[in-house]
Amino acid sequence: MTTSTISPPGISIRGRSIMALIVSPELPLPEWLEGLDEQMRRAANFFADRPVIVHFPATLEESDNAAALLDALDDRELRIVGVEGIETALLNGTRWARLPKLRQGRPLNPDTRTDRLIEIPDDPVTPTAPTIEPAAPAPPAGSLVIDRPVRSGQSIFFEEGDITVIGSVASGAEVIAGGSVHIYGTLRGRAVAGIRTGAGAHIFCRKLAAELISIDGLYDTPEHWGDGLHGRAVHIRLEHGALKLSAFD
Amino acid sequence: MSKVMVVTSGKGGVGKTTSSASLGAALAQAGQNVVVIDFDVGLRNLDLVMGAERRVVFDLVNVVQGDAKLAQALIRDKRVDTLSLLPASQTRDKDALTEEGVGRVIEELRGKFDWIICDSPAGIEKGAMLAMRFADIAVVVTNPEVSSVRDSDRIIGMLDSKTQLAENGGKFEKHLLLTRYSAARAARGEMLKVDDVLEILAIPLLGIVPESTEILNASNVGCPITLHNPASNAARAYSDAARRLLGEKIEMNDHAERRGFMSRLLGRKAAMA
Repeated sequence: MTTSTISPPGISIRGRSIMALIVSPELPLPEWLEGLDEQMRRAANFFADRPVIVHFPATLEESDNAAALLDALDDRELRIVGVEGIETALLNGTRWARLPKLRQGRPLNPDTRTDRLIEIPDDPVTPTAPTIEPAAPAPPAGSLVIDRPVRSGQSIFFEEGDITVIGSVASGAEVIAGGSVHIYGTLRGRAVAGIRTGAGAHIFCRKLAAELISIDGLYDTPEHWGDGLHGRAVHIRLEHGALKLSAFD
Repeated sequence: MSKVMVVTSGKGGVGKTTSSASLGAALAQAGQNVVVIDFDVGLRNLDLVMGAERRVVFDLVNVVQGDAKLAQALIRDKRVDTLSLLPASQTRDKDALTEEGVGRVIEELRGKFDWIICDSPAGIEKGAMLAMRFADIAVVVTNPEVSSVRDSDRIIGMLDSKTQLAENGGKFEKHLLLTRYSAARAARGEMLKVDDVLEILAIPLLGIVPESTEILNASNVGCPITLHNPASNAARAYSDAARRLLGEKIEMNDHAERRGFMSRLLGRKAAMA
């Protein structure tokens, strides 16, 4: 028996929050699947390459066969990464048995809007008859301008592009943008940028007093960046895989 | 034209009920026809603060559910006859109220009163939602400390999105009433300053009510402070606030105790929305 004196290489594990789509099938399932097909005909690429969590209805019965439902979603090219709201035993013996059960997830409750409802945008309508005109260029990446303060408890979510807030973002409010976030006021809540554009996104605010900032899934809290930047106009960006905050003045 | 005014805050214990009673009494003393409605079903207090607890027979829930007529439930104040109270039920809970029923009651009150003041329960649940639902204007009661300010901010967001007026595209009028304020403690950094609160909430200031034992005394004897001790600083703060609601321009001051130097009260501009 040999004793190894070489220590194993250090394993570094990092955490990152990503956005998953939560799909909650409703009973009766055949009708719901029909509705999904219809939706997917209109928005063919909506689910492409996006992680999906399946939230089972509380009223699901054994006869509804959870595994078959997951198969049906898989056939439609949904990338299922987890399930919630289901008894573990129901999936034993199927190829879905090893899916993570996301018990720690918040319950889906459309009344309190703990989860964000996402509108599935229709694909641009393509004319059935071929036309000579070249296809119109895709509309430029959108921009959302909010000309009032974002109040505590409000969540501004705009995946298509940048968000500009003319006013302050309150403690307990959040602004989440596909692109960059610009705040012409005091940032006291959370700003999350780069949901879609990734590392190229920036966050700007006239006065930093944020609870959390995040770009491309990397986040930072005030105890990390310290008091030196508090209350100053700040530019936040990603550099070499790390968040960099710098004051303008 | 009658105005429906919700007195709200999100946080409990900041002075919603005291402010509802005091503003209601001050408006009534100014000659307005006023009703104050207690929306805190299950935890009613307004009747105590207004000294009408022995006169409650029917309440808001009875009227909403059609078990009593409005005239049977309204209690007219014995000191100011233009002031009325519509009490809450202590034995029921907020689920006893329906949006349709509350809307009907408020519509009926609009025909009888100049001011309908809705004393909201704390929280952001059904009771608070129904209290603000049909309002035209809100008084946001805030203490000069961070948790109260954040809760008020949350409520302001709801006033801008969950009220009928806002849903119909109207601009909802909101006023800040800063209560339990102590200029001395603010100066020592022990509580937020008026300007700090205004900077965060960004709504116009209606008044600053000083922290005062007079208010506690008035509540204990069941008499709004503007009736109980009209000369007190807190009573003058509420009277000034009521006159501002009626459109008068009155210079803002914090009604702090400054013995012998009353003429040197701090002037303060009201913030713009």
